Amino acid sequence: MVHDRTVVLEDVREAALRPMGRSGWRFWALAGVLALVVVVGAGAYVYQLIGGLGTAGYYDRGFWGIYEANLVAFIGVSYGGALVSAILRLTQARWRAPITRLAEAMAVFSLLVGAAFAVIHLGRPDRMWELVTRPQASSPIVWDFVAVMTYLVATLVFLSLPLIPDVAVLRDRFSGTAGWRRRLYGALSLNWRGKPGQRRLLEQSVTAVAILIIPIAVLVHSVLSWAFAVNSRPGWDSTIFAPYFVVAALFSGVAMVILVVAGFRKAYHLERYIEPKHFRYLAFLMLTLDLLYLYFTFTELLTEGYTLNEQVTPILTQLLAGQYAPFFWLFVVGAGIVPLLLVALPRTRTVPGIVTASALVVAGMWLKRLLIVVPAVAAPLISGDWGSFRPTWVALSITLAGAAAIPLLLMIFFKFFPILSIYEMEEMAAEPVLEPTMSEPAVPELVTAGVVERGIR
Amino acid sequence: MADGVNRSVTERPIVGPTRGRSVLSRRRFLGVVGATAGTAVAGVALAESGLASAGATAATPAAAHQWAFMVDLRRCDGCQKCTQACQQEHYLAKEQTWIKVYTMTNTDGEQYFMPRLCMHCQNPPCLRVCPVGATFKNPEGVVLVDQTKCIGCRACMAACPYEARYFNWGPPPAAPTLASQPMPEFPVPQLQGTVGKCILCVHNTDVGKLPACVDACSMGALYIADLDADAAVNGLGETVKFSEFLQANDAIRYKEELGTQPRVYYILGHGQDLSF
Repeated sequence: MVHDRTVVLEDVREAALRPMGRSGWRFWALAGVLALVVVVGAGAYVYQLIGGLGTAGYYDRGFWGIYEANLVAFIGVSYGGALVSAILRLTQARWRAPITRLAEAMAVFSLLVGAAFAVIHLGRPDRMWELVTRPQASSPIVWDFVAVMTYLVATLVFLSLPLIPDVAVLRDRFSGTAGWRRRLYGALSLNWRGKPGQRRLLEQSVTAVAILIIPIAVLVHSVLSWAFAVNSRPGWDSTIFAPYFVVAALFSGVAMVILVVAGFRKAYHLERYIEPKHFRYLAFLMLTLDLLYLYFTFTELLTEGYTLNEQVTPILTQLLAGQYAPFFWLFVVGAGIVPLLLVALPRTRTVPGIVTASALVVAGMWLKRLLIVVPAVAAPLISGDWGSFRPTWVALSITLAGAAAIPLLLMIFFKFFPILSIYEMEEMAAEPVLEPTMSEPAVPELVTAGVVERGIR
Repeated sequence: MADGVNRSVTERPIVGPTRGRSVLSRRRFLGVVGATAGTAVAGVALAESGLASAGATAATPAAAHQWAFMVDLRRCDGCQKCTQACQQEHYLAKEQTWIKVYTMTNTDGEQYFMPRLCMHCQNPPCLRVCPVGATFKNPEGVVLVDQTKCIGCRACMAACPYEARYFNWGPPPAAPTLASQPMPEFPVPQLQGTVGKCILCVHNTDVGKLPACVDACSMGALYIADLDADAAVNGLGETVKFSEFLQANDAIRYKEELGTQPRVYYILGHGQDLSF
């Protein structure tokens, strides 16, 4: 859909580059706190490296636990970022323009954190290279490794491609200055001049990656589920696990996109571009996935429980009415039903209501991952007592560090790159709206908005 | 399936006996190994019994033995001497029960004891899921772990239906200075951050000695067996013709419905329902 008209929206450019200006004390205070949490986590990891995984609370009837839940949860939210952006691009949803950058950046950084937990969970991370030098193709861990690495490349490409024209904007801004910024943006902009040929190539490439990233992401989450489901262990050996994990990732991922978008919108006063309708559209997507996830949960429990298989029944009993029941029902109500109501009821379908629902979903879905990992490991396979995984301060510090690293990395990233996709927002403004598809058009008000020349300070 | 017939048996070098009981048992055991394997009766008998199909399919031609194990639950009194001997032999921490005696309850509410070691499956789920091939099956059918390759992902612990694998969650207990480095056949001392499990004491069987647990069992409930020789021997020096003994006593393999093809056989107790 290449057209000849080009529009320069100075107010959009100012807003997109706003985080790159001088930061206030709030930025440094938040960055300082987050960095401190990350440093404490790094210290805890060194302690764990020396003392062994036992220092994190692991033992033989809790051989997998919090790190494995983190791994699935963080890679899961990454999926949401990539998928939201990819699906909105492919369906040519015009309202996507202000949120794709945030979603794509979140996808990269949460994936990096998720992959870090794959390393943190290893007993001998120093031998990780063996996954490359002596991989055994029959192992789901090797499948995981290949899938996650492929997905990492895909998310990086998916973030960088639409960034090229925006980096060119920065290049032009810093062209008069001497210093690293001019050189950095000059190199990264890949000689972007906005020529029709370049724009056509970019559009085709982004579409190709958007198409490719969907099966890659589906594969990543299927493979993650198979690391559990291919074992004969009761509670995991389920044919439904792959799609169940994919839906879980989407559900938690959309919620995470909402949280990230809300946080940066508030911090950098982007309300003019990211409107309540963006939250509503994302919330409807989340609501659909919420229902889908509850449906999957129900069908899994029903088919596993109906036969009263003597291996599986104790696990379901513990989950529904035993030691894990408070957590399970907390998940069902807190992350399933309450967010559903918050989004469904017009009165609470506000930005604060939707953000609350999303926070509940992200936290609840992390809890759900723990409930997938822990009971199946704690269940005695022969006879004896149930285990119970109790994470220590080491495990909790490292987990918090992972959670803090995502906003911190995003804050740092947007100190160097535009927070809104300038190119896409200007393209939207330039494109004639062919048919009035939505009652709230995303772009016209931008065109009519005052064009104010405001450089970054 | 009867490839055991033509397998030649070479005597292994025998080191001097260290423990009183093992002198007799070792000699009698090895005597039986030599005698029966030569006549080639054993392989046929095993193949016909159907119980040894696992060993026959998985065997590597070069192996001199095909090790298996038998637990006679009628004799186990739950004293856990096997566990202690194993932990002493391999310098293991208390939590590492490579052979563990479970207290089970049958349908009549009666308690009985069930020693569980690594089942040395011929279709081992733990081996398949290992990302770096640290777990392997040696030519004699014993599943071993190379702790110098293990990356500590615990996928094998997730895969094992018998809870037979143990992780070194912290520094392992000190072991005496040894001439050699830890190796799969004698992983002493254990390495932090890696998985360990029963090695069927291949360091002992290689030199004609009994596994530590078999040697320590004063009830004679534990037998080490050689499928090729069709012989099994316990710590009391009692030797039986393996295939006939399994058949006569209705031996079972634990959770064999999972397709693991275990090499550990259980003789169930007097009318006890083990609720497998």
